[in-house]
Amino acid sequence: MLDVAALIIEAADPEAQVTPSVWRRLAKNWSVRIGGSTLILLALMSLAAPWLSATDPRLLDPVNRDLLPGASAPVVLLDGERVQHTFLMGTDSYGRDIYSRVLYGGRVSLVVGASVALLSVFLGVLFGLAAGATRWLEAVVMRVTDGVMAIPGILLAITLVAIWRASLWTVILAITFAEIPRVVRLVRSLVVSIREEPYVEAAVSVGTPALKRLYRHILPNTVAPLIVQATYICAFAMLMEAILSFLGVGLPPEVPTWGNIMAEGRLQFNEYPHSVLFPGVFLALTVLSVNMLGDGLRDTLDPHFGKRGDRP
Amino acid sequence: MTRILAFLARRVAATLVVLGVVAVLVFLLLRLVPGDPAAIIAGDSATTEQIAQIREGLGLNRPLVVQFGIWFSNVVRGDLGESFVFKKTVSALIAQRLEPTIALALCTIVLAVMVAVPLGVLAAWRHGGWLDRALMGFSTLGFSIPVFVLGYLLIWLVSLKLGWLPVQGYRRLSSGFYPFIQHLILPSITLSVVYIALIARLTRAAVSQALTEDYVRTARAKGLPERRVLIRHALANAAVPIVTVIGIGLAMLMGGVVVTESVFAIPGLGRLTVDAVLARDFPTIQGVVLLFSVAYVLINLLIDLSYPLFDPRIRY
Repeated sequence: MLDVAALIIEAADPEAQVTPSVWRRLAKNWSVRIGGSTLILLALMSLAAPWLSATDPRLLDPVNRDLLPGASAPVVLLDGERVQHTFLMGTDSYGRDIYSRVLYGGRVSLVVGASVALLSVFLGVLFGLAAGATRWLEAVVMRVTDGVMAIPGILLAITLVAIWRASLWTVILAITFAEIPRVVRLVRSLVVSIREEPYVEAAVSVGTPALKRLYRHILPNTVAPLIVQATYICAFAMLMEAILSFLGVGLPPEVPTWGNIMAEGRLQFNEYPHSVLFPGVFLALTVLSVNMLGDGLRDTLDPHFGKRGDRP
Repeated sequence: MTRILAFLARRVAATLVVLGVVAVLVFLLLRLVPGDPAAIIAGDSATTEQIAQIREGLGLNRPLVVQFGIWFSNVVRGDLGESFVFKKTVSALIAQRLEPTIALALCTIVLAVMVAVPLGVLAAWRHGGWLDRALMGFSTLGFSIPVFVLGYLLIWLVSLKLGWLPVQGYRRLSSGFYPFIQHLILPSITLSVVYIALIARLTRAAVSQALTEDYVRTARAKGLPERRVLIRHALANAAVPIVTVIGIGLAMLMGGVVVTESVFAIPGLGRLTVDAVLARDFPTIQGVVLLFSVAYVLINLLIDLSYPLFDPRIRY
């Protein structure tokens, strides 16, 4: 009897599941291919911003205000050198190079997206596992998540940022706070179904302690759905950060973020739509590539999970 | 009858618990602000007397539980406090801004359901066909394109380039139906795109599921026209999840309202929220957040209670 139980546990061993075939299937999925490569390209562009753009994204230049995309004009660089510069995406009403600001703005979006995804998954797993493992805690955690989810996410994030005053960290924390309940619910529902699986019962029957069961048998089986959820959270967090900046409650206006560029450009939108449209297109493209990556991961890693319809 | 009452009691009790948690959370929000709560509630422009008065009135010297009690009993009586920035009670501010927001939300929901449900049904019917793939692609795009980018794109194209509709602003219903609806078309389209993506995806999933059932095969076997099979058999049986997702999606819609009203300069609750945040007017923020959350919870309660209308098998 004991041998059979041990065999079942062996078969569900997490290391045994990460086979090369998963990678091969991922590499063959078109959503992963297109989304992933676009995302990598955008990330490289924002990382290489200092080499791709000649001017500083914060450089004010009253002479070159409101230039149209493609206009060429002399600029004075920070070190006093005078060069002829082509403004690929034009300039804003302070004469800052929009192309340069858009490139640098990608950094903020990517950092916020990745940080929120990692933080909310980490904290969500913590609470979700605790809720799935202890009965009295489950009731408390679930009621609190019900309450937090009843507050529309954007409103909650706006309020928290207003309370804490905006900085990169408070923006990340505020968005994370609004996203945690979703991860908690996902982890808890996974734990509740996984703990009924034969291999967990087998682990119980051979006397594996509860904590080790959680760590060795339950946690590894939540990884695939969590990776998928994390990509969707990343996409959503980028949108939220842009919304906060756009409404004027996010990062300070001189920081180049896509939302800030659009907020600045909206005042003159009727005459100069380019300063809203360029960052807007970049934002949409980035979020789209992350979402495509998520769809591809979902179809490859876990075809049964998350039909997206349950995500408010 | 007793069964119905017992169910109602259970469902309402569960809702009350959620509302209680929401009340505690919204109450605690203001206590998260570093500094003296009275000074924070009074705002940056308040006098020392005003601050002292607030401290007295809200019992801010007393234990947190007592403070919550005072705040909660005020809220239940409709007193959401006073905005020192706008020099009005929060309830009066909200009442003033209610019409545009409700008009925008209703318009958006109607538009979204009218577009999304037929699209979802057709996609499920031709599962894997070009319409299905186009719809899935569109919905991923819909989830990705920010509300304000879409709003500005539409303003640029429809209002500025083509000149078909007014650029921004809002007209009250009392100033005539035509200008009222004319100013709501673009905002509603903007706001409805995410919602359409959500509802269409779920409709597609639910209807595809229903289409695999035996009763659909029977309906087809006895020679019913395809349209009738799709609507009377497949869609009718998919109605409950569709109605549910419309309710859950409201949270997203409410967040979108804040942004859309900002883009289209509509003087509604969303605009009020942003103005309040920019002015650090915390009583107003608290009031609006509470109102949105309570509305969300209550509408979802109503939707739960409406299930028997859509599925006669569900009885209480």
